[in-house]
Amino acid sequence: MRNSFVARNPSVLIFLAILALFTLAITVLSEGVGLGLVSTSFVKTLGKTLCLALIAVAMDLVWGYAGILSLGHFAFFGLGGYMIGMWLMYERTRQIVVDSLANAPIPPTPQEISDAIGSQIFGVVGGSDFPVIWSFAHSLTIQLILVVAVPGLLALVFGWLAFRSRVTGVYLSILTQAMTLALSLYLFQNDSGLRGNNGLSGLQNLPHLDDVPQSIVSIWFFWASALALALGYLLAAWVVSGKFGSVIRGIRDNEARVRFLGYSVEAYKLALFTLTAMIAGIAGALYYPQAGIINPAEIAPIASIYLAAWVAIGGRGRLYGAVIGAGFVSLVSSWFTGGQAPDVHLGFYTIRWVDWWTILLGLSFVAVTLFAPKGIGGLVDLWTDRRAPDRHGADLGPDMGSLREREAER
Amino acid sequence: MSALLEVSGVSVSFDGFKAINNLSFEIGAAEMRAIIGPNGAGKTTFMDIVTGKTKPDTGRVLWGEFGRSLLAMSEAQIAREGIGRKFQKPTVFEDQSVQENLLMALKKDRGPFAVLFWRPSSADLDRVAALAREIGLADHLGRKSGKLSHGQKQWLEIGMLLAQEPRLLLVDEPAVGMTPAEREHTTAILVEAAKTRAVVVVEHDMEFIRRLDCRVTVLHEGSVLAEGSLERVTANQQVIDVYLGR
Repeated sequence: MRNSFVARNPSVLIFLAILALFTLAITVLSEGVGLGLVSTSFVKTLGKTLCLALIAVAMDLVWGYAGILSLGHFAFFGLGGYMIGMWLMYERTRQIVVDSLANAPIPPTPQEISDAIGSQIFGVVGGSDFPVIWSFAHSLTIQLILVVAVPGLLALVFGWLAFRSRVTGVYLSILTQAMTLALSLYLFQNDSGLRGNNGLSGLQNLPHLDDVPQSIVSIWFFWASALALALGYLLAAWVVSGKFGSVIRGIRDNEARVRFLGYSVEAYKLALFTLTAMIAGIAGALYYPQAGIINPAEIAPIASIYLAAWVAIGGRGRLYGAVIGAGFVSLVSSWFTGGQAPDVHLGFYTIRWVDWWTILLGLSFVAVTLFAPKGIGGLVDLWTDRRAPDRHGADLGPDMGSLREREAER
Repeated sequence: MSALLEVSGVSVSFDGFKAINNLSFEIGAAEMRAIIGPNGAGKTTFMDIVTGKTKPDTGRVLWGEFGRSLLAMSEAQIAREGIGRKFQKPTVFEDQSVQENLLMALKKDRGPFAVLFWRPSSADLDRVAALAREIGLADHLGRKSGKLSHGQKQWLEIGMLLAQEPRLLLVDEPAVGMTPAEREHTTAILVEAAKTRAVVVVEHDMEFIRRLDCRVTVLHEGSVLAEGSLERVTANQQVIDVYLGR
């Protein structure tokens, strides 16, 4: 039983192949570099969906495998977006300011440039000085590090406090939700330094790349998102494949027993919580440049609850289930809420899907939990079960309650 | 012989009810000990205290050659010190295979990062296979442990306990749900283990304890009522009154 990683996890290879084919197909059909059958806005939607699939993989690690129902992972996602958004907005504004001041009779001093950038960015919240948290906004490298460092650090501190006190189950969910809500409310304030409810905008315009049309930029981000998803999926599959995976699944099923085996349950939870927060940060940093705007409403608790619904509908405890759930539900959701779904006229009442979609989603969440706990991903089992049993060297005959080898091995 | 575990003057109460009352207990480094007593005598609470699940109100729990206190340690630290526990109800990880269960229990570095990069060597897999043979599960390594029978789960848990290579085994009612042949096998495993380490067995089945052939401690209302060979304690009038006579 010492096969290679791929042989033990055939689903990883299949997933990567499907993702590669999908990326290639969209590239060929795209407006930017291909036949022009897929519009730029739809390429962006798909790219964003890949980012959502990545955070769903992180959620599956922390919930599906370790049993920690975190309702705060969108906070980490949003923080990742804010970190990259700060650089995008600063650099883009600086470029515009420098260009417009270039024709002035007296060359501007650095202080003048800085003030002009400040009033451009913070004028909307009635300020012009850079808050302390923007200290590194001029440096892409530092902001990229912060994309993983800030969510990671928040998760580390929060998780240390929560897990150390042995808060588990629904109480932990409530605590994570409170964290998200607090962060969101804080960012809504104008003096939070991140432009209050205006958020950061214009993120789709990459600095110094004015000549590159959005149709090309969208494909770049689509590729980057696909690559990030592939790497994130590989990492997650590797993490759960070995003994670490055994331990975290053990924690999910019987935390006390894992403790009596000598494993420090808190350290494992903390490591996993922090790792998934960092993955969520990366997903957010790729998502928001495609969305173009980030504001505190994005990290409201409801977003994290949606995330849990995606993973549940897609199938907990299997990574591809999370990807299927995020992809399927978020695309269907944008179809329903985008006004494309036809209204249903009942004579006395008209069902408008924009309003009724959340109810439909809620009902399907309940239905999946009650009737199909394996989710959409469980459908794969129907197919794998139908393969002919491998009886090599098996002595599981009519004895043993007539279990066939495959039935027994599962 | 110096004691491996020394519990002295320990008391614990839950909402005013004294579950353990001034209990003292000692066991050597390679010794088998059976604990008997009526329901509510504090047998499980005693194990909870030693393994760190319950903190006593008063008393000392000292461990090893240097007499280190276990009271300041977490459950995981105590387990890493070499105290393994088997629960009354067999608790194995039902969603995972027998092999995964045993690999998890193998005595290795328990830190998250060491575990993340750890992959079983062929020596480890051989050790797991040998353990599986010992507990009669060699043909079931790839099966999910949830599919095992009750007796097999009991054995898997004993196997996990042995894989931990503990210096002290605390075994709670190992023979429940086993056939007579399985009981005999369990006795053999425990007697073998007690040659190199300390083993504490809590059991109600007198026949099982007779076969273990060891010193017996009788608990009653949270403290030690009698201690000695099985013949001596079963002849004790107090023991007959509170436990055997019923």
